[in-house]
Amino acid sequence: MSAMQKLMGWVDDRFPLTATYKAHLSEYYAPKNFNFWYFFGSLALLVLVLQIVTGIFLTMNYKPDAALAFASVEYIMRDVEWGWLIRYMHSTGASMFFVVVYLHMFRGLMYGSYRKPRELIWIFGVLIYLALMAEAFLGYLLPWGQMSFWGAQVIVNLFAAVPFIGEDLSIWIRGDYVISDATLNRFFAFHVIALPLVLIALVAVHLVALHEVGSNNPDGVEIKKKKDPNTGIPLDGIPFHPYYTVKDIVGVIVFLMVFSAILFFAPAMGGYFLEAANFVPADPLKTPEHIAPLWYFTPFYAILRAVPPLFGSQFPGVLAMGLSIVLLFFLPWLDRSKVKSIRYRGPIYKVALALFIVSFVGLGYLGLLPSTPIATLFAQIFSVIYFLFFLLMPWYTSIDKTKPEPERVTG
Amino acid sequence: MPVLFNHVQVKHKMNQAVDRSKRKFLIAATSAVGGVAVAGVAVPFVASMLPSARAKAAGAPVEVDISKVEPGMLLAVEWRGKPVWVVNRTPEMLELLGKHDDRLSDPNSEQPQQPDYAKNPTRSIKPEYLVAVGICTHLGCSPTYRRDIGAADLGADWPGGFFCPCHGSAFDLAGRVFAGVPAPVNLVIPPHQYLSDDVLLVGLDSGAIKTQRGVDK
Repeated sequence: MSAMQKLMGWVDDRFPLTATYKAHLSEYYAPKNFNFWYFFGSLALLVLVLQIVTGIFLTMNYKPDAALAFASVEYIMRDVEWGWLIRYMHSTGASMFFVVVYLHMFRGLMYGSYRKPRELIWIFGVLIYLALMAEAFLGYLLPWGQMSFWGAQVIVNLFAAVPFIGEDLSIWIRGDYVISDATLNRFFAFHVIALPLVLIALVAVHLVALHEVGSNNPDGVEIKKKKDPNTGIPLDGIPFHPYYTVKDIVGVIVFLMVFSAILFFAPAMGGYFLEAANFVPADPLKTPEHIAPLWYFTPFYAILRAVPPLFGSQFPGVLAMGLSIVLLFFLPWLDRSKVKSIRYRGPIYKVALALFIVSFVGLGYLGLLPSTPIATLFAQIFSVIYFLFFLLMPWYTSIDKTKPEPERVTG
Repeated sequence: MPVLFNHVQVKHKMNQAVDRSKRKFLIAATSAVGGVAVAGVAVPFVASMLPSARAKAAGAPVEVDISKVEPGMLLAVEWRGKPVWVVNRTPEMLELLGKHDDRLSDPNSEQPQQPDYAKNPTRSIKPEYLVAVGICTHLGCSPTYRRDIGAADLGADWPGGFFCPCHGSAFDLAGRVFAGVPAPVNLVIPPHQYLSDDVLLVGLDSGAIKTQRGVDK
């Protein structure tokens, strides 16, 4: 026995190191037919690590103080060695996190990855998405620019629209009667400690649940149904390591090429990743001419604006926006189709999913624009389609003409 | 010795039949007391997020010299971290105010968005001076002053007023909200008084007059 084996034996008697490695990597059998869409889970994990590491280094120079915050970001950008790189990695990483997560979620929609027995994986995933949105929103206040300030003002005021307790609730969130130093300081605490802990815990349970039931695949058939009688290994399964770790490295390299191109050549991405108005310090007396949230929030922002005030309250719009996210949780039970994957679904679901994507992207685009009557009308049409995709799903998935699923995965 | 003693105790207990109802009661009682303790400890943490004593004290009234506000001009001052506008309305502006009541949500200021002494057609103490909190009642942006009557982007019947760039809410020159925009109610008129012809005090009304709910936070 080599010294290394001895050491491993010593550790394994005290901690399940080898067993954990086997269960999650070398003997975790994933379907052999993963395609392009299966890169985004591991990429999301990569971006999470990037955000945590760059975030830690940013806190070394950032000052969570309304009087100092804006200047401290400029200081990071100009005077701190490589500070510009770390800051742009963090700001680009935020947007790329959403790019990757949206593609990851779309994969789930296409192949029915949220269906039984993966309901909890999906629910943990939606919770991760919610935590990510909160994290992004809180982080956006920290540079204390005009968009930081007025964006936070609008979002916190959404809570003020809640009947009866709203006003007090929004004061409690701000810790003041307006967005102020107290608000900035607490958003910093939530952004750098509370939510990252929540995110990491959720990612852990997302993966534990995934490895318990096993990965779905583009055919939507369970590989665990056909096992080798001698070994008990799924016939269509291959060990995650080395097969998928190597595949994912290819994805990581391509991703990092795109990431670097943005980082070095267009860190503001023409105003989509860093808004121009945020290069002006926060001014509580003057709202910028046009305010819009960052691109990853605009679909929900467009839904908010699409709902007119009812009974002298803007609460219905806030409710619709909240509902548009809450509906995601119920997806596993709304879908009544006999098959999981889009490959074997009938035309109705394909059309419904296409309309849903067009509406979501359309809403995202409209949310970037100033509100005009024609834009509002389109936002209303897209919002209705968005909601109907979910609300009519039990009906249209059950009447849809599906193709028979194969016994085993194809290609 | 105590460890051994406990061990013997446990062993002794195991031989008897388990009293399930007693166990159930003890679990429930322990959970309830524990729950109360958790709730009690949560109170200071939740309350620590409320505005601090300093934040509460920061609402001092602001004196404004209005002698330099030319007719038709707007002066923005800061009160409790919010913009407060002082607009010197011209006679033409005041004349236009009464001509679009049918397009407003609350032309007579029925909603408690102003002190009693500003519940009048001009929503002000002195007709020419509008004193209003420059925060849109929709989601808190600060609307833009648009005195240009019949502005191209706001329609030929635009009588002058305030337009919120965030979500398109519009208010007239008395801070009254137009119907069909996202903002549900009129702009807030803060408590204020005139210390002299030229000096306005924002944040405090002359004691005799009681403010309405919703204005005096």
